Amino acid sequence: MGRAPSPFATKIPYEEKDLKIIGSNPTARGDAVDKVTGRARYAADVKLPGQLIGRVLRSPHARANILSIDMSEAEALPGVKAVVCRNDFPDMEVEHAASGELMVNFRDVTRNMMARENVLYDGHPVAAVAATSDAIAKQAMKLIKVEYEVLPHVIDVRDAMKPDAPVLHEDQFTKGVDPKPEKPSNIAARMESKLGDIDKGFQEAEIVIEREFNTKPVHQGYIEPQASIANYTEGGMAEVWTGTQGHFVFRAQIAKLLKMDMSKVKVIPTELGGGFGGKNNVYLEPLAVVLSKKSNRPVKMVMDRDEVFRATGPTSGTNVKVKMGCTKDGRITAAQAELNYQSGAYAGSSLPLATITVFTRYDLENVSVVGHDVTTNRPKVAAYRAPGAPMVAFGVETVVDEMARECGMDPIDFRLKNAAKEGTQTHFGPKLGPIGYIQTLERAREHAHLKEKLGPNQGRGVASGFWFTLGAETSATVNIGEDGTATLIFGTVDVTGGSRSAFAMIVAEELGIPFEKVRTMSGDTSALGFNFMTAGSRGTAAGSMAAVTASRKAIARMCEIAARKWEVEPDQVVWEDGRARPAGANVGDFEPMTVAELAKEASWFGGTIAGHAEINVAQGGPGFGTHVVDVEVDRRTGAVKILRYTLIQDAGKAVYPEFIEGQFQGGAVQGIGTALNEEYIYNDKGVLENPGFLDYRVPVASDVPFINTEIVEVPNPDHPYGIRGIGEVPIIPPLPAIANAIHDAVGVRLRDHPMSPPKVLKALRDNMIEEAAVQGTAAE
Amino acid sequence: MVRVDGPVRPSVIYKDIPFTENVNGEATLTDMRYEAPETLDAAVGLLAEESGVARVFAGGTDVMVQIHLDLIEPDLIVDVKNIAEMREVVEEDGSWRIGAAVTGKELMDNAAFNAAWPGVMDGVRLIGSVQVRGRATVGGNLCNASPAADSVPPMIAADAVASVIGPNGRRDVSMADIVTGPGQTSLEDGEIVVSFRLPKRPANSGDAYLRFTPRSEMDIAVVGCGINLMLDDGGTCTAARVSLGAVAARPLLVDDAANALIGTKVGDDAMEALAAAASAACSPIDDKRGTIEYRTEVAGVLAQRTAVIALERAKS
Repeated sequence: MGRAPSPFATKIPYEEKDLKIIGSNPTARGDAVDKVTGRARYAADVKLPGQLIGRVLRSPHARANILSIDMSEAEALPGVKAVVCRNDFPDMEVEHAASGELMVNFRDVTRNMMARENVLYDGHPVAAVAATSDAIAKQAMKLIKVEYEVLPHVIDVRDAMKPDAPVLHEDQFTKGVDPKPEKPSNIAARMESKLGDIDKGFQEAEIVIEREFNTKPVHQGYIEPQASIANYTEGGMAEVWTGTQGHFVFRAQIAKLLKMDMSKVKVIPTELGGGFGGKNNVYLEPLAVVLSKKSNRPVKMVMDRDEVFRATGPTSGTNVKVKMGCTKDGRITAAQAELNYQSGAYAGSSLPLATITVFTRYDLENVSVVGHDVTTNRPKVAAYRAPGAPMVAFGVETVVDEMARECGMDPIDFRLKNAAKEGTQTHFGPKLGPIGYIQTLERAREHAHLKEKLGPNQGRGVASGFWFTLGAETSATVNIGEDGTATLIFGTVDVTGGSRSAFAMIVAEELGIPFEKVRTMSGDTSALGFNFMTAGSRGTAAGSMAAVTASRKAIARMCEIAARKWEVEPDQVVWEDGRARPAGANVGDFEPMTVAELAKEASWFGGTIAGHAEINVAQGGPGFGTHVVDVEVDRRTGAVKILRYTLIQDAGKAVYPEFIEGQFQGGAVQGIGTALNEEYIYNDKGVLENPGFLDYRVPVASDVPFINTEIVEVPNPDHPYGIRGIGEVPIIPPLPAIANAIHDAVGVRLRDHPMSPPKVLKALRDNMIEEAAVQGTAAE
Repeated sequence: MVRVDGPVRPSVIYKDIPFTENVNGEATLTDMRYEAPETLDAAVGLLAEESGVARVFAGGTDVMVQIHLDLIEPDLIVDVKNIAEMREVVEEDGSWRIGAAVTGKELMDNAAFNAAWPGVMDGVRLIGSVQVRGRATVGGNLCNASPAADSVPPMIAADAVASVIGPNGRRDVSMADIVTGPGQTSLEDGEIVVSFRLPKRPANSGDAYLRFTPRSEMDIAVVGCGINLMLDDGGTCTAARVSLGAVAARPLLVDDAANALIGTKVGDDAMEALAAAASAACSPIDDKRGTIEYRTEVAGVLAQRTAVIALERAKS
């Protein structure tokens, strides 16, 4: 996000045609076997001769000034080859750049990877060591003396906004406020977005509901901790193997942070053990490069799990106020929200994305959204699958459920009455093109799930979600081998493990050759032109546009070869069913040539066959989904059990339906985990108490039922196969859907996340007290 | 666990840090010493001789994690898995002797023991995951001294007795008296828990264990409850033991809760009294796993639900 759409961006119009491969479920997945056998190489698997082990010394304090750092004893320890701290990195000016879906500021990025004046969260890096063994590196860290001046800290977003809160940055004056505030504060920015006349909207309303919601930061839950290995050579070149969602962006950031030429940095993306937005930021990479430069040895760094939790970005904790009005017959007349988003130690939360997604799925006339981006003493937030959206959906979809009940309407009918459709004016700018939201609601209403009977203490909840899809810079190369097989080199990191197979299917469909004859592989930063990160659901949507473009260029080249052989003009040759053919009978009687035949002749007729794409994709097609969930609440322990779950989403076109289903299910499960038990728990010293999967409770398999999925296909008009991004929508509705189901089951509304057993039990107890009070009043 | 045999390589001393060289001739810190004796005497001797930090090692599912998290840095690891007596499960005239280094999986595979003490097995089955239970032992679960250990409350309810050996010989200790606080036991320096003895199971008796966790598996008890009870022919409870886990600094034996059941037919009134007594016995802490209020309330709920299962088993 953060950039205006370019008029030169690429759109390839959707064409309806018979498909041979796209839409099928090939068994020979590109990534499966190596992952199952353990041969897939993740960053931590890369070993270089003579490598050292790097470790990071981290702040034990939530906030402190660094008075001094003495590394001399550590440097003297046998086996220690390099020790670095703030003095080994150049300071950076304020300069913003897109890093995935969020923006970064290089002045902050350098401070976040290695503290300078102060530490701002538990786990903030203060020094790094490279040694001949991990044990020595750990021993060396104990010998580094850091003198801190501990300062008051603030963890919660609401506390951080109070006038008397400890202020993290003395130079931070709220942006977006005119005139500029006189005093610095933790509110880094204020954003506003409006449509129509909100006061008029509330005047027209017969029912007005206003509620406040709070959510805790949650972790992406990727299995692979951050890992990098860097090799800086005497010639001034750096190679970095790392787990990343965007190696080109990482190359740019490493070069910027270390004041190197981009051309002297090569980043090789390794197999990724999960990202979900959490691998959009550099943490270890610049440290490993500098340690390697200082030691003249390759340096490998792998985070422990507690480092991942303490020091890499989770999503924002939030405070969200929603006020909506509707008529008694269920037409929404006004929608207002205040979004307070915690950004962690440095400014830049997912607030802009929350602002975009908050009400988008409803066709509204009067909207007002105000947001605040708030710094707190926690790790700088990162993207997490639909960053910012689940928290606002929690508020809005819960209020919508309340309004539907007030109107005496079914929650799906209420949504249908207000659903966004083609032509809907969004409050943040664009009008929506063809979308499939209404279809997801209609399919939900007809689903067998809704016919299942509910027992005592069981309830059903519905919620919907919206996510835009990024386009952005995308490059790819299709190389045709001398045997007629094809290799696609792609530059959008395959974060899901599915896009490489989808690309192979698309190239096979374009070339007219079997799926098995296409191999797809990721190219490093030296192999292709710049690719933006795999973020904003763009991986398959945008990556496939580059694959199509490159394939079509390879086809043009093959037609040229046939034309030269047949001694006709290139436009007299067409490509059909995987063969070059004469365009008509008048061209001549030539035997059509296959890819393999053309590949054999390629050399004589001008050289190897390849096609390249270096494009900026206009957009990946907005996505909408609707979820239905049944829960059972244990009234005596507050435990919530998920009984049934159904998810319906518009995919535009499902290239590889089983993978789409997997994405849907994975998103729903992450959402269930978010809803029920996941939260960062800080103690009164601002130290994280649950930096591991034992006490940061992501769901285990037995916590979730089978997730039913249905795919709606409303083609994206700007994509040749109609594909939309699908990765992020599925995590948006679970939180409110489960909250609505709990209310349906036991009559209480949960507005504080997570909906963990103690919170549910307390809500039940408070509700009983309230009901008793109401009955008591009635009796009087 | 990888066996590391043979003598430790010579080390250089630098500021008390022992170093050796790795295959590349580079400095590396030495590992801790690992011993796997085959007799109790040898194990006791090794522990007695060690002046630094020593750890007894059975399944290793707690010790290895603590080492990995840098919570402990043992100088000596004494692996007890090669000591025959610690690996046996023996039935003697209806009573059972379980070696402290018997794994959860081995117990789960012992049908006769499962039939005799289903409540103990309720607890064992909840330890970790399939993989963890393949290594984790009941002895380790006890000696790790977590107030939330799942196999400890049902063992206390079963009136199990631990056989302990150390430099001053062998002694019997009631299961309820071993854990004294989080990570703390009443064991003397150099003592090892060798085995557990469970009494002969009387007629019309049954036991059960339930825990509450937010996740269905792979979690630590917020509250755990073990109950063992005996009925007479008329269905009146003649004896009971109730043990609670995770609601105090150590697993509790709650006599008041047992007394709520004894002499009754375990009807609604007894159940109310049981819940009240269980909740009253709690002195939990507020922590990341649960609040005082929540743990206290759920202890009562869980005690009732556990009693229902124990009662069913006693009647069947």
